[in-house]
Amino acid sequence: MDWSISPDWPGNFWLRLIIIAVILIAFVMSSVIMFIWMERRVIARIQSRLGPNRAGPFGLLQAFADTIKILTKEDIVPTLADKVLFWAAPAIAFVPTLMIMAVIPLMNGLQLADLNVGVLYIAAISAVSAIGIFLSGIAGNNKYSLVGAIREIAQLISFEIPMVLALAGLVIACGSMSLSKIVEAQSIPFILLQPLGFVIFMVAILAEINRTPFDLVEADSELTCGFNTEYSGMKFALLYLTEYSEAVVGSALITAFFLGAWRGPILPGILWFTIKMFAVFMFILWLRGTLPRLRIDQSMRLAWKGLLPLSMFNLFIVSLQTVFFPDLALWISIPAYIIISVIIIILWAMFMRKERQSSNA
Amino acid sequence: MQDYGYIALFLLMSIAFAVFMLTLPLFLRKFRIIPHKPSPVKSSTVECGLETTGRSWVQFNSRYYLFALVAVALDMMLVFILPWAINLREMDWRFFIGGAIFIAILLVSYIYAWRKGALQWK
Repeated sequence: MDWSISPDWPGNFWLRLIIIAVILIAFVMSSVIMFIWMERRVIARIQSRLGPNRAGPFGLLQAFADTIKILTKEDIVPTLADKVLFWAAPAIAFVPTLMIMAVIPLMNGLQLADLNVGVLYIAAISAVSAIGIFLSGIAGNNKYSLVGAIREIAQLISFEIPMVLALAGLVIACGSMSLSKIVEAQSIPFILLQPLGFVIFMVAILAEINRTPFDLVEADSELTCGFNTEYSGMKFALLYLTEYSEAVVGSALITAFFLGAWRGPILPGILWFTIKMFAVFMFILWLRGTLPRLRIDQSMRLAWKGLLPLSMFNLFIVSLQTVFFPDLALWISIPAYIIISVIIIILWAMFMRKERQSSNA
Repeated sequence: MQDYGYIALFLLMSIAFAVFMLTLPLFLRKFRIIPHKPSPVKSSTVECGLETTGRSWVQFNSRYYLFALVAVALDMMLVFILPWAINLREMDWRFFIGGAIFIAILLVSYIYAWRKGALQWK
């Protein structure tokens, strides 16, 4: 069955803007609510607890209860804080995460703007959100937040480069930066064709959205609450929302770039997109339940000495294949890519271990 | 151009959404739904129970300015690599060699930075 809609549906500029913008915002908000519920329940299960189970069936209404509670909290602005930045920072952090959704195809044709520089747009806008988090960290005039804010910029400068290099591999394979073209090219999802790029992109996205192995910005056990220590009430809610909508957008990006976005049999595209997105988030939760937090020097070492050379290598093999073997059969290229990726990751891990021992000595 | 119109208008809508969320407590405070009783202790900066000493806007050794310098150089590389990557499919091996030389030059500087210990957390 064909579930696609035409790219200029429903024909009118303003009508299209309003309908799709409302769909996008509703999609992000409902996913955030489901993500919060899922995170608390799944992490509880992993740690053999129960998690919230009182509000509504299976605790589904817990997020709504929290929202109402946080809405009625007093709005405190510390006397030492920079008032203007303190108010503006949550908005600066939140708006760009929503803006990224504008170029993501939720369904065939259901995409607000099909920019021909989509990848560049995503790389540029996602950095602005980090600046919002940095500002919220320094605006509060709190020592813990300051350290969190400095770490945020460290993560940003380190993981931006491997992320975009992994995407450059996709751009080579598709010959376009437009997201609809990238999804169109994925009759075989790119996770099979570029497994190394997927691994790099996944790790970089985890760091960009500050999820656990890389949640140094928040680091509850060392920095109280990191960048949002000073925040309370609705401003805290907006920062919390930013964090989870970043998780939504991150999972959506992985889905769109590597898992074939809305492509799939029988079910409508948006349903496939949602299923894949939740599967990616489930994987992120699994990582959170399993891995301990890295130190900042370890995380930067991973980015600069691990991911960056690997992403260069990924770019090299992908461009080599595109130029010299453009018509390689799938049954050769998929196993070849997977085997090469596994071998290079193992070799590089061994090299990095050696390098660490020699630099410590 | 129409696509950028969508982006700009969506930006305005997102800003309106964020501003609405931020100013909601002000209205609720007007209707006395949320309390507003500031006190010096409440609005002091959190320091985990201790009294707040000094400000946090101090000169802080962020320890990664060398990383940041390398990041600027490699970010420039990204800007030049993306147009190359788009066109690679339609071009022949000479185009590939050109890009490879460009990346090799940057790789040399990257390896130099590594050997000099710029990528070592001190």
